[in-house]
Amino acid sequence: MIATGYAELLRLVVPEVIVVVTALAVLVADRLVRSASTRSRLIQGAAISCIGCVCAIASLLLAPQFATVYDGSLVLTPQTRMLQIALLGLTALVILLSTESKIDTHVGEYLALILFAATSTMFLVATQNILLIFLSLELLSLSLYVLTAFNKRSARSAEAALRYFLFGGMSAAFTLFGLSILYGLSNSTNLLQIGASIKGPSLNPLLIVAVITTIIGFGFKIAAVPFHFWAPDVYQAAPAGSAALIASASKVASFAIFYQVLAIGFAGADGSGDWGHYIPGWVPAIGVVAALSMVFGNLVAITQTSVRRLLAYSAIAHAGYILLAFLSHTQQSFNAVLYYIVTYALAVIGAFGVISVVEERTGGDKLSDFAGLSRREPVLSLCMLIFLLSLAGIPPLAGFFGKFYLFTSALSAQPQKLGLLWLVVLAIAMSAVSLYYYLQVLKRIYVTEPSSDSGPALTQIASKVVLCFIALTVVLLGCAPNLFLQWLR
Amino acid sequence: MLAWTIYISFLGVLALMLLKVSAQAARIIALLTAVAGLAVTIAGFTHLRTGMMTTIVRLPWVPSLGLEYHLAADGISLTLVLLTGIVAIAGILFSWNIDRRTNEFFAFYLALIGGVYGVFLSADLFLLFVFYEIAIIPKYFLIAIWGSTQREYAAMKLALYSFVGSAMVLIGLIAAYIVAGAHTMSLTELAQFPFPHHFQTWAFPLVFIGFGILAGLWPFHTWAPTGHVAAPTAASMLLAGVVMKLGAYGCLRVAMTLFPQGLDPWGFHVLGFGSWRDVLSLLALIGIIYGAMVALVQQDFKFVIGYSSVSHMGFVLLGLMTLNQIGLTGAVLQMFSHGILAGLLFAVVGRMVYDRTHSRDLAVLEKMNLYRAIPFAAVTFIIASMASIGLPGFSGFIAELQVVIGAWRTFSSYAVGTGIGIVIGVAYMWRAMQRAFFGEDDTTDEAHPLPPISMPERIGAVILIGSSLTIGLYPQLILNLVIPALNSPLFDGLRKGAWQ
Repeated sequence: MIATGYAELLRLVVPEVIVVVTALAVLVADRLVRSASTRSRLIQGAAISCIGCVCAIASLLLAPQFATVYDGSLVLTPQTRMLQIALLGLTALVILLSTESKIDTHVGEYLALILFAATSTMFLVATQNILLIFLSLELLSLSLYVLTAFNKRSARSAEAALRYFLFGGMSAAFTLFGLSILYGLSNSTNLLQIGASIKGPSLNPLLIVAVITTIIGFGFKIAAVPFHFWAPDVYQAAPAGSAALIASASKVASFAIFYQVLAIGFAGADGSGDWGHYIPGWVPAIGVVAALSMVFGNLVAITQTSVRRLLAYSAIAHAGYILLAFLSHTQQSFNAVLYYIVTYALAVIGAFGVISVVEERTGGDKLSDFAGLSRREPVLSLCMLIFLLSLAGIPPLAGFFGKFYLFTSALSAQPQKLGLLWLVVLAIAMSAVSLYYYLQVLKRIYVTEPSSDSGPALTQIASKVVLCFIALTVVLLGCAPNLFLQWLR
Repeated sequence: MLAWTIYISFLGVLALMLLKVSAQAARIIALLTAVAGLAVTIAGFTHLRTGMMTTIVRLPWVPSLGLEYHLAADGISLTLVLLTGIVAIAGILFSWNIDRRTNEFFAFYLALIGGVYGVFLSADLFLLFVFYEIAIIPKYFLIAIWGSTQREYAAMKLALYSFVGSAMVLIGLIAAYIVAGAHTMSLTELAQFPFPHHFQTWAFPLVFIGFGILAGLWPFHTWAPTGHVAAPTAASMLLAGVVMKLGAYGCLRVAMTLFPQGLDPWGFHVLGFGSWRDVLSLLALIGIIYGAMVALVQQDFKFVIGYSSVSHMGFVLLGLMTLNQIGLTGAVLQMFSHGILAGLLFAVVGRMVYDRTHSRDLAVLEKMNLYRAIPFAAVTFIIASMASIGLPGFSGFIAELQVVIGAWRTFSSYAVGTGIGIVIGVAYMWRAMQRAFFGEDDTTDEAHPLPPISMPERIGAVILIGSSLTIGLYPQLILNLVIPALNSPLFDGLRKGAWQ
């Protein structure tokens, strides 16, 4: 179906419009209750935002499932619709969990920015036009810069945001540079046409520049080595809600669009990264980035004492695993990427939820702050156990099936040659390393005795319910992956 | 029917986690769960009398990837399920005195048992791997929270060794799955797939050693003594009794069934080795002798038993490498026998002696005159060690005899080595028994008598001794199941190759 007028276009983007309107409504509603306590304002804002998200999800289920608009600026399939639902769900979870954190004064703005970020992620997964990709990426990044700096009283938060902004600005320049070369080469902004027009027997030197700069730009968004420098600081200093959003919804959308750009836009320039069969193209470049990310992320995570930084380095490692599936770029590998990144996002949001509770209690996120958590908060501890073991890839949790699916899809492109086996072997070896640092956290929670000056439990019922819900989802998706997979098809 | 062994165990875990019951109630729930598991197993015995692979449940799981929820049992898995049931009950009886975080203890314990049942009953390799990894995490917590000497170090070492082993297995399984066309993980279907010879040549050792790490294959055995020593009694019983069998079972069920040609000669010689079979059987033999010799010089009573496990598991691995029916039967019997006897030995050392004297140092125990103080423990240990060194009438004799005969047929020089291992085995058991229970010193501390052996301990000891004696006197009970299983079409690939 080819849309013609603005009315038609609006009909297709009703869900996004709902989210934007919700963001404005949150801003206005927050103005009206300025005198109330921060807490009640947060709860009111979160309630409105969640209602908005639910309405948007409902409209997504009703909205047209297939559409292509204006040169691929909006490409809707059941898969993108599903992905948008997942993004909204993740955003709603982040909002619910950030009611726990202490945001001073600018409650409405905080929630509105989260919703703007959500809108941009929704556009990001539903477009194949490089102009729109860049615009959505910028909207997403700008929202996240501000969200990172939201804790005005913390100098570290401001510093992390500045660092994030500087790196982000530079990477945006790289992305823009790469994309503009692509436009110059193909005279089109549609990824499909770009892919078709750059196909050729040999690589154009300009195309090589485009490939490299695009990989740099997106590599920054997904925090892959060597473009990861912002991640540990941002994860550590940003408010828990912002960090959770950066680690979840933003990652989901970035991986999805990065995959589209590479698999569709650079369709003819893939090359080969098989052991002993090197052909230049984006595949070997991504292979190197993936290998570096897995090794560096996992090894550095071992030495961390701050759980947030630990999660940041583990995120770098996970980016490496996910990039493996890019290499075979079949339909199955895209499904594997989506399954992995969505379940990963769930586990990370949950982990940040638990971290923010612990921070409220002890004032820090050091490993020692988690000592004896299981004696005081058995339910939260069990949730954290599930999240971290899922990240480590222990069955029957979602993380394990995700890894299995990623690795098999990376290999299944050439079943007889097993050309990418060297990367899969590296990934599995590195995930064995990762168990060590996840167990370090769990050891503090379950094995170490609590220090004597521990206060009583202060967790709100609401966030406990949300965390239990996420934990159950992680278990359920791990035990019955088909629930999610049949959605993808 | 047999599938309920798994479900009951995990239901027990849920019950212990969700219900806030007293410690005594938690013990009773755990015991009832384990007894129900054994009851289901015995009921299953009557159903599956043929010993052939019989499907219990088969449901599509992830149809797009061809993964199935497929549980099945043959004589070999049934034997090991029975072992698990018996050791699980005994372990709970011997941990009746756990009073710190009791509910959590038994929850982790039952989770481990459930995972073990799952591995033995899975006929889909993905499912098998899932259960195999489920068993790792409870082991870590059981040792790290309730353990003794160097518990956190030993627990982490065990977890990492297990995880590295399972990573190797996972690489092999994924590669096999892809090469076979990525549409099934079914054991029976993959066993019939003709994997290329060069593929089997590297996949076989990868998977075999991956599982072998957990079976205590020398030189990857070092987790075993530290882990056994640090673990609380019930966990050492499970580790030596059941978890090490997971590894050996995986070697037989996965590595040797899927990649039988991996055992074939390479066609060239490196350092005198002509095939993986030569390498692995030598490692097994080294394990037998090395474990025994190290056990001979230990000062720590529990380390003696820990290293004896390495030695006895060497018999299992050597039995697997003989590739003849009697050797393989012996290997399976030895898995059962060692499971029971190692459980019993650890129960005596960890629960009956250590929990009362708070010492495992043989030099200290020597002065306590334990034979007078706790005669029941002494008698149990005498029986267990006699059974373990191969007294006819107990299961250890018939099992090791078969392995030695099997080895004799294949590589006769190794049979001599196993003989040496058995002789050293007599020596270290004798030495430990002598020093721990029959010390020279006669000064019994009358003022602080040791607590008497409790009823759960007595029942547990009787169950284990009875099981070993039953199989020793009437091995047909298991052989009638194991031999048909080994003759089944599942092992056709192995028979075509180096089988003798």
